Amino acid sequence: MTTLSVNEVTLSFGGLNALFDVSLEVQPGLITSIIGPNGAGKTSLLNCISGFYHPTSGEIFYGDHKLNRASPHQVSIMGIARAFQNIELFRGMTVLDNLMLARHQNLRYNLLHAVLYLGKASREEAKNRQYVEEVIDFMELEPYRKHTVGSLSYGIQKRVEVARALTLAPKLLLLDEPMAGMNIEEKEDMVRFIIDIQKERGATVVLVEHDLGVVMDISDRIYVLDFGVLIGAGTPDEVVKIPKVIEAYIGEE
Amino acid sequence: MQDTHKLLSFTIPQLLRWRVNESGDKVALREKDFGYWNNYTWKEFYDHVRKVALGLEKLGIKKDDKLALIGDNIPEMLFIAIGAQAIGAISAGIYQTSLPDEIAELINYMDVTAVFCDDQEQVDKLVEIRDRIPQVRKIIYEDPRGMRDYQSDDWYLYIRDLYEMGAAANAENPERFDALIDQGKPDDVCHFCLTSGTTGLPKASMMTHKNYINMGIQITKVDYLADTDEYLSFLPFAWIGEQMNSFGVAMATGITINFPESVETSMEDLKEIGPHFMFGAPRIYETIRSQIWLKIDESYWLNRFVYNKFIKIGEKAARYRMSGERMPATLRFMAWLGKIMVMDPLINQIGLRRLRRAYTGGAALGPELFTFYQAIGVNLKQIYGQTEITGIAYMHLDGDVRPDTVGKPLPETDCKISEKGEILSRSPSVCVGYYKRDEQTEELLEGDWLHSGDAGYIDENGHLVVIDRVSDVMHNSKGEMFSPMFLENKLKFSPYIKEAVIFGDKQDFVAALINIDPIVVGKWAEDRGISFTTYMDLSNKPEVAELLKEAVVDINARAEKEHFKIKRFAVLYKLLDMDDGELTKTGKIRRKFVREKYKDLYDALYDESVSKKRVEAFFQYQDGQSTTVEAEMSFYTMEGVA
Repeated sequence: MTTLSVNEVTLSFGGLNALFDVSLEVQPGLITSIIGPNGAGKTSLLNCISGFYHPTSGEIFYGDHKLNRASPHQVSIMGIARAFQNIELFRGMTVLDNLMLARHQNLRYNLLHAVLYLGKASREEAKNRQYVEEVIDFMELEPYRKHTVGSLSYGIQKRVEVARALTLAPKLLLLDEPMAGMNIEEKEDMVRFIIDIQKERGATVVLVEHDLGVVMDISDRIYVLDFGVLIGAGTPDEVVKIPKVIEAYIGEE
Repeated sequence: MQDTHKLLSFTIPQLLRWRVNESGDKVALREKDFGYWNNYTWKEFYDHVRKVALGLEKLGIKKDDKLALIGDNIPEMLFIAIGAQAIGAISAGIYQTSLPDEIAELINYMDVTAVFCDDQEQVDKLVEIRDRIPQVRKIIYEDPRGMRDYQSDDWYLYIRDLYEMGAAANAENPERFDALIDQGKPDDVCHFCLTSGTTGLPKASMMTHKNYINMGIQITKVDYLADTDEYLSFLPFAWIGEQMNSFGVAMATGITINFPESVETSMEDLKEIGPHFMFGAPRIYETIRSQIWLKIDESYWLNRFVYNKFIKIGEKAARYRMSGERMPATLRFMAWLGKIMVMDPLINQIGLRRLRRAYTGGAALGPELFTFYQAIGVNLKQIYGQTEITGIAYMHLDGDVRPDTVGKPLPETDCKISEKGEILSRSPSVCVGYYKRDEQTEELLEGDWLHSGDAGYIDENGHLVVIDRVSDVMHNSKGEMFSPMFLENKLKFSPYIKEAVIFGDKQDFVAALINIDPIVVGKWAEDRGISFTTYMDLSNKPEVAELLKEAVVDINARAEKEHFKIKRFAVLYKLLDMDDGELTKTGKIRRKFVREKYKDLYDALYDESVSKKRVEAFFQYQDGQSTTVEAEMSFYTMEGVA
């Protein structure tokens, strides 16, 4: 099991610090949440981890691997997958095709095999389909397998988005607001999925989420960001007592 | 058919053993899992049953113990049920939609000592009521998903572990299983089937092996089934209709039972399997028809034109075909053309192309619906029966389908009408009685004769006609009789009406509470640029009221008797729902309950001065929260009705 550590990371755009001197540690096998008001830098931090941005200074380590300059695909090969806040799926393709496509880095055959679709290519495809089907079963997407993503409701699309990240068999899963815009029932389903991802698939989960109720319920550890600065950290019970956190969320008295 | 007599001397497990000798390598069960249809041959089926039976014996379950089954249909449900029956225990189906309190009550009533659940959802219900069901020794579950926290507790048992126990027991003593099976007698009780409970406490009818096997044999005498035929198991297993097929018909004929991937995908799976026969409550057929209408409506002009043209020809031809009369040559040609060009491709889209027969039962179905299905080339037939007679006692014969009757008795079934006009039946499939309900059993069985509680008569062609429940038939203030169900079905034939409740007992006129179909009416409103937000909002649109008025005018114009005419109606702001106790588990209206719950509306319906009324709508969510919304409801009076 590998620990993700973020050491004194600063991310600047021109003169603006999106993140300033942020340090945190994600322990393997736990659910770690990052919370904070809008514009606090939560998504920027995820972007730094997943290789979309590179920190201006500081270091990010995943075990022994330094992620500072890693590209997104290198990060994903290390076993870090991400589900996006704004659904990033191919809307015109079916759920199944989207998930199969997400497995492409696991396909071990060349162009010639693909053209002939004999032996290795079809075996590999079948193996990946098997894996994708397990994910479909896990995320309860059976009824939507052959539906185009664009035709599905928002809640289901979100589930497909998480499923897409899961098809990469991640050891570390970054979830960016998986529950935004959902109704109570959909949220409850999603919470169950997240807990199952952690407990049954044994993945470490980093959760960025606005719904404090959910965060307090399921997180093992919480980090609070405000204007790019870490203002609190601890277990859910500890975090709610930190004055700065209360101030950031509820305002000053 | 020389086997018939032999089959009747078997118990269900014995019949399964015989099946293995006959066609052991043929596919018996098929389940879709991970997007793939997995097969179980009869031999594998039997192997699983053996493992379950011996495993259950190891757990200390013995003859006459009761084992409840709660869950969606999966092959394991049959393994457990028949495994239990093999050791002389009794399986009992509980609807998977039941709430924990209800389950506790049923488990205690039936003296259940072990429960099989398909997944965590059902197990969690039992966790909630654990201290109320102390006699339950084991919970066996099939899907380990989400069960990690329960693994340390030995109250729960994973089905794979049960198989292992059984396999070990079999290795120890290979003769044991045969010896167990041999002890069974065809007249032993093997399953408890809950009756739908339109009124009061649920009752468990005690079904014997012979009840089911006889049913399987008699149906196939009328409607032949080949052992290569396919059947899709999508009805709740706790309902007699499903057991009838999986215990009776499949065992007696060797057809393959297919299990859908999940409840939500069953219509998709229907398309993939293309079953040869199906059985369902009217609601399923109503849903399929609405889907067809919607799809046609959304299609482009040529499709619509051709469909509209040929459906009329089809209906005309269907009337000839159903009555067995000879069709004129031109009509026959046109109907054939329609079948080739439109209807066959159409029903192929839904997966009904291979269907030889579709049965409907459980509640009455509008005559127009029959004609519709016959017109598109689906041989839809009415069956009539009840749980206590293993589902079917009467059905239509091919070429003799009369929409207003329920057909003729099955072979070996006798019919008699009592002096009160009640239908009585007698057959080897009549159950032994209700468990621990002697009083009700006495009312149910009079010697061999089974009381149905339905009023009916035999018409001049020897067909049975069912009017309504003896207790449901209503009389207006003048003492004229009418059947609310009959009128409700007429209303429900309108694609815009999903559900309707008819009132009028001891009143001057008939009134209706109507539920619009959210999908069809929603689409209709969209097409006309009528904006709406919720179901409640849509229900209260004046345009929708006009639409319904047209439907009611149409029905009134065709009313058989003057006092059948609907004078006033209102559109209910919410769909009637099982979870709110307004419908039974099989989708029948719980009339008394609805009338009590919507007392305000009922009173307003019979107060002709009221045209608008503010009502408080109460909603209970699944998590127990509730809200009250204030809404305005309109009441409409039909002109020209006395």
